[in-house]
Amino acid sequence: MRANRVVEGSVQGFLRVLGRTLESEELARRDGLLQSLDPRVKLLGFMGLIVAAAASRRMEVIGAVFGLAIVLAICSRVPLRTLMIRVWAGGFAFTGMIAVPAFFLTPGRPIWWLPVLGWAVTAQGFRGAVYLISRVETTATLSMLLVLCTPWTHVLKALRVLRVPIVLVVILGMTYRYILLMIGTAEEMFESRRSRMVGKLEAKEGRRLAIATVGVLLGKTMQLSGDVYLAMQSRGFRGEVYVLDDFEMRLRDWSWLAAFFALSAAAMWMGAR
Amino acid sequence: MHIPDGYLSPATCAALYASSAPFWYVSLRRLKRRLTTKLIPLLSLFAAFSFVVMMFNLPLPGGTTGHAVGVAIASIVLGPWASILAISIALFIQALLFGDGGVTAFGANCFNMAITGSLVAYFTYRAISGNCAIASRRRVLAAGAAGYLAINAAALLTGIELGIQPMLFRDASGAPLYAPYPLKIAIPAMMAGHLTVAGLAELILSAGLVAWLQRSHPSLLIATAPGAAATHDEGGGFGWRAIRPLLVGLAASMLITPLGILAVGSAWGEWSPHDLADGAARRQIAAVSSDQALPAGVPQGLDRLSSVWTAPFPDYAPPFLHSSSFGYLLSAAFGSGLILLAALVADRAFAARRRSP
Repeated sequence: MRANRVVEGSVQGFLRVLGRTLESEELARRDGLLQSLDPRVKLLGFMGLIVAAAASRRMEVIGAVFGLAIVLAICSRVPLRTLMIRVWAGGFAFTGMIAVPAFFLTPGRPIWWLPVLGWAVTAQGFRGAVYLISRVETTATLSMLLVLCTPWTHVLKALRVLRVPIVLVVILGMTYRYILLMIGTAEEMFESRRSRMVGKLEAKEGRRLAIATVGVLLGKTMQLSGDVYLAMQSRGFRGEVYVLDDFEMRLRDWSWLAAFFALSAAAMWMGAR
Repeated sequence: MHIPDGYLSPATCAALYASSAPFWYVSLRRLKRRLTTKLIPLLSLFAAFSFVVMMFNLPLPGGTTGHAVGVAIASIVLGPWASILAISIALFIQALLFGDGGVTAFGANCFNMAITGSLVAYFTYRAISGNCAIASRRRVLAAGAAGYLAINAAALLTGIELGIQPMLFRDASGAPLYAPYPLKIAIPAMMAGHLTVAGLAELILSAGLVAWLQRSHPSLLIATAPGAAATHDEGGGFGWRAIRPLLVGLAASMLITPLGILAVGSAWGEWSPHDLADGAARRQIAAVSSDQALPAGVPQGLDRLSSVWTAPFPDYAPPFLHSSSFGYLLSAAFGSGLILLAALVADRAFAARRRSP
């Protein structure tokens, strides 16, 4: 199995992305608090909260924003288990691994000594590590909530409110669609190879297989790009891009937008003190 | 490499968004002028391709596996401007949809990987490949070097961005508010993984894919090889005529080597036992090392190992020459000549191996 990591690892990665995409689409269709809000409100509101958490110099404020994110997740019927698997566990493991040495490496006042080794944990190192982990978990939870509670196409359309050029919004939408197509194609190529493979794959062969697969994918990409362009032209595309902007702000959306701004402003003000 | 939210301060993130914006603007302008309506499907498809390439598990020598960013391949096939946009789009979808890299750090990630990576890869590839033929082996070497240097340049910038955080942003107690490690830890920590595993993954993917494209889709390599059709080098050798500009640049660099004499003192970390024993030199070393206390004498290991090998041209000045400027020139010519000779020998050896059945 170890020698076949190129096939197994890549296929598992592709399936994980497809699974997560389907799960996000399913959660975004649920009947919950965030799902019912205008995507522009969610985008602006979550951006405000993310910036407030990133700028805060006080842990209590970061903790409060994290608590708010959990309440919003529960009200939006997003299972905490999903957040645990997709955000908290990975974030804690990755950032924790990076942050823990800061306990000992950051100069400051010693508060505890590691048994046997005798290394000193400093107060400043401990606080620095907690800052980093709490900030990463909070901001990652907020951005994941936005995507879990909003269909991807709506997130992209909402980007127009940030003055993102319309051509980029269209490109992002098409990219998303073709990512799924290409993941499917790459996965089929690996699966077909796996079904014809007996025994272990040498590392050199594995490299050759991976590079050939990427090469075939690149060839398909360029060919598909030409085909899509011709298809667009045959449908009358002459360079002008239009996006159907069917969002409509209701009183409820305005109220939530005001609430998000008030909460972000309060968090920034309290976090700066 | 993908910096998550929380590692960089909002001020750093804003500065890097602002630094990236002109590159995005210029890229979009240049591509719109050249590609017009073809731009949308080409960028969409290539961004999707870049996203998928980042998910490939690549087996590396030594039994480990690595993921490549694919930035060199994007620069070689599309050119640097389209590569900047394609990789930026792929990074945006990674950040927002899959949480790989932060939303506030998106500008930083684009600046490091999409912008710096694309430009370093493109210029490295063009400088090394010159005008050699599409099928030339030199293009494979150029692609490998482009991928390796691009990913390491991006890693270096990431290390610097993370390393300046504790210098600039601390709370009242002195605890770091963002990434906690200073430059002297952040840069080696970033570079260790990228000079080895990640750099190797990028090198193998870039070189391997260009070799594959030379056989299967040579037309995809033409966009960044404008002079290739004029040469007749079909892969059997270095093609000295094609690298003439490189040789002229090398000669010019040699001529300016005596400028090194203008610098005073020793290069940091290149001290000899003599420097560590000399009082004035010790004071200078301490001054440029944040006043870190030096060991009382010359470290035993340094003293013992420094005499194992005596350089024929110590300090770039052969003992039989009285002019240090001429010594620098001679050393530069000698060193460059040895490298060119090694390249020639390797080239002949590969060519002989290729010809043998």
